[in-house]
Amino acid sequence: MKKWLTAVSMAAAGLCTSATALAQTEVPFYFPIAVGGPITKIIDQYASDFNKDNPSYKVVPVYAGTYQETIVKALTAHKSGKPPAAGILLSTDTFTLADEDAIVPIDNFVKTDDDRAWLKSFFPAFMLNGQFAGKTWGVPFQRSTVVMYWNKDLFKEAGLDPNKPPQNWKELVSMGQKLTKKDANGNVTQWGVQVPSSGFPYWLFQGFSTQNGAILANAEGNEVKYDDPKVIEALQFWVDLSRKYGIHPPGIVEWGTTPRDFMERKAAIIWTTTGNLTNIRSNAKFDFGVAMLPEGVRRGSPTGGGNFFIFKKASSAEQEGAFKFAKWLTQPARAAKWSIDTGYVAVSPASYETPELKKYAAEFPPALVARDQLPFAVAELSTHDNQRVTKALNDGLQAALTGKKTPEQAMKDAQAEANRLLRPYKR
Amino acid sequence: MSVTTRHIQAYLLLLPAFVFLVGFTHYPAVATLIDSFMSTPRAGRAAVYVGIENYQVMVEDPIFWKSLFNNLWFALATIPISIALSVAMALWVNEKIVGRQFLRMSYFLPTVLPMIAVANIWIFFYTPGYGLINQFLQLFGLPGQNWLGNPSLALGAVTVVAIWKEAGFFMIFYLAALQTMSPSYKEAAMIEGASRWYFFRRVQWPLLMPTTIFVLVNALINAFRLVDHIIVMTKGGPDNASSLLLFYLYEVGFKFWDQGLASALTVVLLFILALVGLLQFFLLDRRTHYR
Repeated sequence: MKKWLTAVSMAAAGLCTSATALAQTEVPFYFPIAVGGPITKIIDQYASDFNKDNPSYKVVPVYAGTYQETIVKALTAHKSGKPPAAGILLSTDTFTLADEDAIVPIDNFVKTDDDRAWLKSFFPAFMLNGQFAGKTWGVPFQRSTVVMYWNKDLFKEAGLDPNKPPQNWKELVSMGQKLTKKDANGNVTQWGVQVPSSGFPYWLFQGFSTQNGAILANAEGNEVKYDDPKVIEALQFWVDLSRKYGIHPPGIVEWGTTPRDFMERKAAIIWTTTGNLTNIRSNAKFDFGVAMLPEGVRRGSPTGGGNFFIFKKASSAEQEGAFKFAKWLTQPARAAKWSIDTGYVAVSPASYETPELKKYAAEFPPALVARDQLPFAVAELSTHDNQRVTKALNDGLQAALTGKKTPEQAMKDAQAEANRLLRPYKR
Repeated sequence: MSVTTRHIQAYLLLLPAFVFLVGFTHYPAVATLIDSFMSTPRAGRAAVYVGIENYQVMVEDPIFWKSLFNNLWFALATIPISIALSVAMALWVNEKIVGRQFLRMSYFLPTVLPMIAVANIWIFFYTPGYGLINQFLQLFGLPGQNWLGNPSLALGAVTVVAIWKEAGFFMIFYLAALQTMSPSYKEAAMIEGASRWYFFRRVQWPLLMPTTIFVLVNALINAFRLVDHIIVMTKGGPDNASSLLLFYLYEVGFKFWDQGLASALTVVLLFILALVGLLQFFLLDRRTHYR
């Protein structure tokens, strides 16, 4: 009965709003889905809640596929002159979007003190990928980092303290050796550690390179340091995990099956996104822990995920609406809810102070690990002509991991290719 | 009705189809050809004529050559194997055997499934450790392989998926052709004492030639067109070991946003397809008996 009443009142409200539709600005909003769960439903709910609070705008959410499909749709629409007002796209595509002249800086809309405070409210690590040339081009919305999951049962079986994950590279190797098991024929049945390397190996590699004290690209996005000795050393360590120590599967490890390998007890320690937390929590039939990545000369992990962008060719009324929506979406309570529902890291310290997220973290402490790692987090690799410059690194990493090239040769080749690609932007 | 009115009427009837054909096939092909001689337009910089520069870049691009040769191997493996398999399956399910309908359906099933779903299933078949294929190998004490993660196996692994997907589809055409074949041929061959192999080689196979031509054209187009599973399974990796021409074209066009180079690649792809298509029609048509 109560449901029926709400349905009727919502329909009535719908009629009323359509009567006032003339004064309304439609704000088309593209979003991708990159994790499990009823994301479309959540986003639709956000839009209708926002529209109720702001009757002069009508946010129209459009599910646009994966991140890749979303940017294809958004940029194609931009080139045809009719882009959406806003969209969630990879934070690493900031340079690409700005170079295509597709987006406007968020600063253009920041006018009041309240706006300025809002722009300062985010975790600094999440702002890195959205800022260059003194401007903020995108604000964080669905962000993640790489964390380490470990199987406490297997730690116990191997005679290790189940509550102490490896803290540094040395422990990663020594514990990994204890956790690697072989059958009578010498085939490995359980790997000590597994770091996926299919599709986008650069992201996981940034864990190793950052821990070794290297930064892969400059903030202007026109220079990379793939052949920095520290980078080569980091790659050598990743290669050695399988080649020298025999504790990591050889060749390329599939990203998509890595959580499954963990749940099947084929890998005792894995590195993957915080976004897999909810998935692993509901499917692992053993006690597991989540920890920061181990320390090399320092701790480190890249950030990842999507930012909120506002498109240039949208009308100024649409852009204003999009800005209001961005601000509304990232309010602490809402960011907390989004984090609980999806596993993404909440975007501001304030949202970790909300009762909702405090309660959730008390019940499930691993949810806080990603936040605690943020002070050590660096920008995700992003440059002008981003996907191509990144592919040069991906190809080099895969060539080294499969033994086709030495780490040094692979990184020198990747550097040469990246230099060639970035030349037009170095002025 | 005068001849002119008849002509006008004919053209009017053809017009709707013609509009779509021009709009979606001919115009894009010509526009791509033009774009391939232009630079990639960037913000504030319109496209300008650059001559054959895009083609020069392409020829110097090692990933282009890698993708092209991968694609040739992919075609060389998928086309004959899937045709041979489909003929064998069609001959088998054409016999009067128990559970024939069930067999036909199970052979056809891979065709019905979307390629993305198929690829997601196959990822788990190929998984090292507990994947179906490696578990099977372990039964015989053979070491498991990292099928998708080893540069020398990845292309073979994605080729198998394409064959699995295609053979059932082609089987349907062969089955249809076999069913229209008069049973009197078989009776005559049995009376003459011809062996099964002889009957197939001298009677069935030649009569299936028109179907084979059709299937061959389709198989060839598919060999350059099927890339969905590459996107899901390997993304062209490791280190471009399983990159195919169309996959690379997509990357250049929609990830790198390099319209000029992508257009040049498209022209090459169109050229290859047109060339092989023409060769097939002219060479094989002469040796085929249509009834």
